[in-house]
Amino acid sequence: MGGLLTEVFIASLLFGAVTVGIPLLLAGLGEQISEKSGVLNIGIEGMMLMGAYGGFVAAYYTESFWFGFLAGGFLGMAVAFLMVLFCVLLSMNQIVIGIALTIGAEGLTALLHHFQFSRTYPRMPEVPTLDIPGLQNIPVIGPAFFERHPLVYLSILLVVFVAWIFRRTQIGLNLQAAGDKPAALDAAGVNVKLTRACAVLTTGFLAGIGGAFMANVGAGLFVPHMTHGAGFIGIVLAMLARGKPLWVLLGAALFGSSLALTTALQVAGLNIPTDVVQMLPFAMVIVVLILFARHSYLPPALGLPYHRGER
Amino acid sequence: MIFSTARVLVPIIMALVVGGLILFALGKDPFAYYEYVVQRGLLSWSGFQQTLIRSAPLLLIASGLIVAFRAGIWNLGVDGQFLLAAVASAALAPVLIVALPSWLTIIICCGVSIAVAMAWSVVPAFLKTRYGLNEIITTLMMTFLGISFANVLVKLPFNDPDNTVPQTMTLPVTDRLGRLFDTTIHSGIIISLVAVFAVHFVMTRTAFGLKLQIVGSNPRAAKHAGLNVGRLTFATFAISAGLVGLGGAVEILGVWGTMRADWNPAYGLLVIPLVFLARFHGIAVIGFTLLFAILMIGGESASRRMGVPNFYVLVLVALLLIFLALVEYLDHLSHKRKKA
Amino acid sequence: MNSAAGQTPAVSLHSITKRFPGVLANNDISLDIHAGEVHALLGENGAGKSTLISILAGMQQPDAGHIEIEGVRVKIHSPRESLRLQIGTVFQHVVLVHSLTVIENLMLGGAWWRIHDRKTALARLRDISELLGVKIEPDVPVGRLSLGQQQQVEIIRALWHGGKVLVLDEPTSMLTPQGVDELGALMRRLAGQGVAIVFITHKLREAYAFGDRISVLRQGKLVGDILPEHLDDMDEEQATNEIIQLMFKSAVHGAESAEAEIFLREGQERHKRGVINKSGPPVISLEHVSTRAEPGECALHDIGFSVMPGEVFGIAGVDGNGQKHLAEVIAGQRPVLSGCIKVSGELTTDADVPARRRLGVRYITDERLGEGTVGGHSVATNLVLKGIGAPPFWRFFVTIWQRIFRHAREIIVAHDVRTPSEHTPLARLSGGNIQKVLLAREISINASVVVFNKPTYGLDIHNTRLARDRIVKAAASGIATIVISTELDELLELSDRIGVIFNGEMSGIVENRAGAESEIGRLMTGAKAA
Repeated sequence: MGGLLTEVFIASLLFGAVTVGIPLLLAGLGEQISEKSGVLNIGIEGMMLMGAYGGFVAAYYTESFWFGFLAGGFLGMAVAFLMVLFCVLLSMNQIVIGIALTIGAEGLTALLHHFQFSRTYPRMPEVPTLDIPGLQNIPVIGPAFFERHPLVYLSILLVVFVAWIFRRTQIGLNLQAAGDKPAALDAAGVNVKLTRACAVLTTGFLAGIGGAFMANVGAGLFVPHMTHGAGFIGIVLAMLARGKPLWVLLGAALFGSSLALTTALQVAGLNIPTDVVQMLPFAMVIVVLILFARHSYLPPALGLPYHRGER
Repeated sequence: MIFSTARVLVPIIMALVVGGLILFALGKDPFAYYEYVVQRGLLSWSGFQQTLIRSAPLLLIASGLIVAFRAGIWNLGVDGQFLLAAVASAALAPVLIVALPSWLTIIICCGVSIAVAMAWSVVPAFLKTRYGLNEIITTLMMTFLGISFANVLVKLPFNDPDNTVPQTMTLPVTDRLGRLFDTTIHSGIIISLVAVFAVHFVMTRTAFGLKLQIVGSNPRAAKHAGLNVGRLTFATFAISAGLVGLGGAVEILGVWGTMRADWNPAYGLLVIPLVFLARFHGIAVIGFTLLFAILMIGGESASRRMGVPNFYVLVLVALLLIFLALVEYLDHLSHKRKKA
Repeated sequence: MNSAAGQTPAVSLHSITKRFPGVLANNDISLDIHAGEVHALLGENGAGKSTLISILAGMQQPDAGHIEIEGVRVKIHSPRESLRLQIGTVFQHVVLVHSLTVIENLMLGGAWWRIHDRKTALARLRDISELLGVKIEPDVPVGRLSLGQQQQVEIIRALWHGGKVLVLDEPTSMLTPQGVDELGALMRRLAGQGVAIVFITHKLREAYAFGDRISVLRQGKLVGDILPEHLDDMDEEQATNEIIQLMFKSAVHGAESAEAEIFLREGQERHKRGVINKSGPPVISLEHVSTRAEPGECALHDIGFSVMPGEVFGIAGVDGNGQKHLAEVIAGQRPVLSGCIKVSGELTTDADVPARRRLGVRYITDERLGEGTVGGHSVATNLVLKGIGAPPFWRFFVTIWQRIFRHAREIIVAHDVRTPSEHTPLARLSGGNIQKVLLAREISINASVVVFNKPTYGLDIHNTRLARDRIVKAAASGIATIVISTELDELLELSDRIGVIFNGEMSGIVENRAGAESEIGRLMTGAKAA
């Protein structure tokens, strides 16, 4: 048994952290957009799962990763559309519908998977990468960060883009107002429900891509229930990030690393039961919550449907 | 009265119909499926006994959820609480039975299971009362943590070395919860019925129950009226988790006698729609639980016989929740119209 | 005064009718609003003023009738449309996003695909500020501004898209007397620029002081107008009589005339009271009380006063200056950071709500539905809300519902609570009846100190009279009575002494005698007592 801090161990840890962290990042960013606009999107787990399934099926049959991600995004968006319909337009309970969508996506994807692939268990081929010349040759860091599928780079860029949207654009202002004081947005002549609907659909799209990434890049195949709480971790990330996309990135890196530890430890030849390691990210979440809960922030109108004339 | 019956029946029927359409789309005959489910879950004697046995943990979980939901707290951490409590009983019972009579073993195991489940709810309760953190997220995190932790416990400290499959030691059949008359039904169903009635009484007929409801419907009014919201929140979490934990104990002491690794029936989220259908009413939930148990038992047989995996039940539950909310919404709408 | 007679009105409302469940909020209202005029819309709470302006603002659609802007028939189907027609509205409650800065709030509603256009926005802010004669920092989060400043931001926003019409809904309720005068000057200045101003108020004096034209609403109907040419010729008393005539012409007898009395007397004459025995010890006293600051709330600093049995102690001040904390500290709902509170000579600084209640402390909150009651529960439950678990309604913690229901039926009869039954969810009752439930619950024989927080807020004249009568009666029975109100007139009518709270501090305590008003007005701006 070699030492823990060998090059191989760190390299596989970092590589794994990025692989696992990207879906968390996309989910967290998406949830942040929803929450900013005042919708607590508990259904995000279902959106990811649907994206994972749809992304895998599309990528498998078209043999294109890009089609996979796109299909995943749109399926996530389809689930989000139900959320919009029931919660934003009809003002039904966001939590009940969120739970229903998550359970429903779990059941439906597992059912479809059973009828399609339960005998064959097909896998995706190796992921094509876009290597960054020069940087890819750095030991340890190179393979983890600079020999990846372009979507990895795009996701990181998305953090900057979302931050810019929040700070510098009318959309950012509208989102913030929709979550903090919807009546003010309404009085300013902006449609609150439409603003929230767009936010939730965006969340669904991002979460769906995250799910597709999980299936196609992370695992290489679809497994029922494969998101295993990643969407919920995304909610925690959004909650702790206080509306700052950069903090979502940091959180995704942290939780991603702890999730990636399983494989890394096995590579290092350490035989710890997977269950112990599986506890790690959630234990981490709990510890982080206990330590930093006082700093978490949620918009005042979160979870409340908007009706004109009510205060 | 007609309206309230319709409010309950319409979502159920719509969920079954839409679910049936999904089955049809997957190339299965929905009528045959449902017929088989009813046949195996209700009309056959052994299936019916299975249904009642399954109802016991479901009822205990439901009563735990009623307490939480009435107090306005979303305890979504049921699975973690349930499994850890189950591990506690499974690990303890075979050891205690060597020295103690079986009735005492069972009582101690139940007590410890309840305590373990309660302990698992302390963190969300603390985070909610202290920092106002949404318990939906925290209980979900605790449940993922708890599921893995339960597996670790079964595989490492409480593993029975004499068994090739990772599981705890086994409680002999004769020392488990007593059977009712000549059936295979264990007395856990009695425990769960007592719990449901007790919860219903406490929630509707006592000062404590009213206090919980006040906290649930308007926490600020509760504070204004001088209720100790923090303490009541802790109490709610504890009682809710405790009942769930008792469910875990009953399932182990009544049915399995041991806990296998990776065993997770995942009842938690499935019971939620039942509690909503019953509108948090303790007595009404009994009927819905029975109905659901029939579906589960029948569905399990059907998954072997007809090739419809049990995941289908998840789809039905989701549909049920959505149609329930939809009917509620339409009802609310027509109420508003009528008033205008 | 630039008379607008003969011109096309800036806005005319034709037979506007709006129905809500159980209420006819606007009943066939026709109204002309002219450019260059301040049009006062006068009426008690619930007369339909707010509904009318929410129709103008595009928040509500009328069930019947139509609107013309400068003679052209329009449909205002959304707030956006209202803004496009250059109708700016300042609502009664602040609708600004607290987490955004002033300039960001003002930029809300811009084209959604754009990035912020700060430069143009700042220029516009400068122009309008100049027009109004106010100065506002553009980069301060709105949450840090005082309510008065927030109102200025709202007025700026209302004029943002070009001010043809400016609607102000009860704008004086959050201002000091000086602030009210400044607002009056501001309205005059804007009217001079040709803006049509709709000024909504329930105070007769303000309508007379600032209005060029007065329209009076009562129970959803327009009961009459006083035209500018008439108003010019009247002195205040004549105008008052005219308005009273309009409002109560149908009723010369009984309750209605008593209500007319209240309306007329508002702030002009204080209640005749007996002499209070000041020799004994006070029932309640606060010494150097401070509370912890919470985000968005005004904490208390070093507050001290005491109240004698039978005395009415008024707390005046602009809303949001620590009134809430003060009431909660006395009720035992909020911990004290330092200082002490004595009730009947007993030190109760750390006592919680039930302990205070045992000493006779009662608190009637201003948030009747927000914290005073549980809207989804029955009237009966709400009546025993503060005594859950106590006999005679509970025995060994078991609820005796029959007794609770019987108790409720008695209260309903004794206090004339209008409710279908004792099982009716409380939220279905009207504001006045909810207040009756609260008053019945809090004022009982063993009360020794009662805190009334904005006791007549949002009530119509009839219920205002009832509530004020209860306060007077409570004091007459020897209860130490603390009335917190933002309506100075109300305090002048009811109180023996008035303490003025500013920024969490007691800036002074004034005996309520002739001339107290101007002194209180001065204290409300934070000037210390001489």
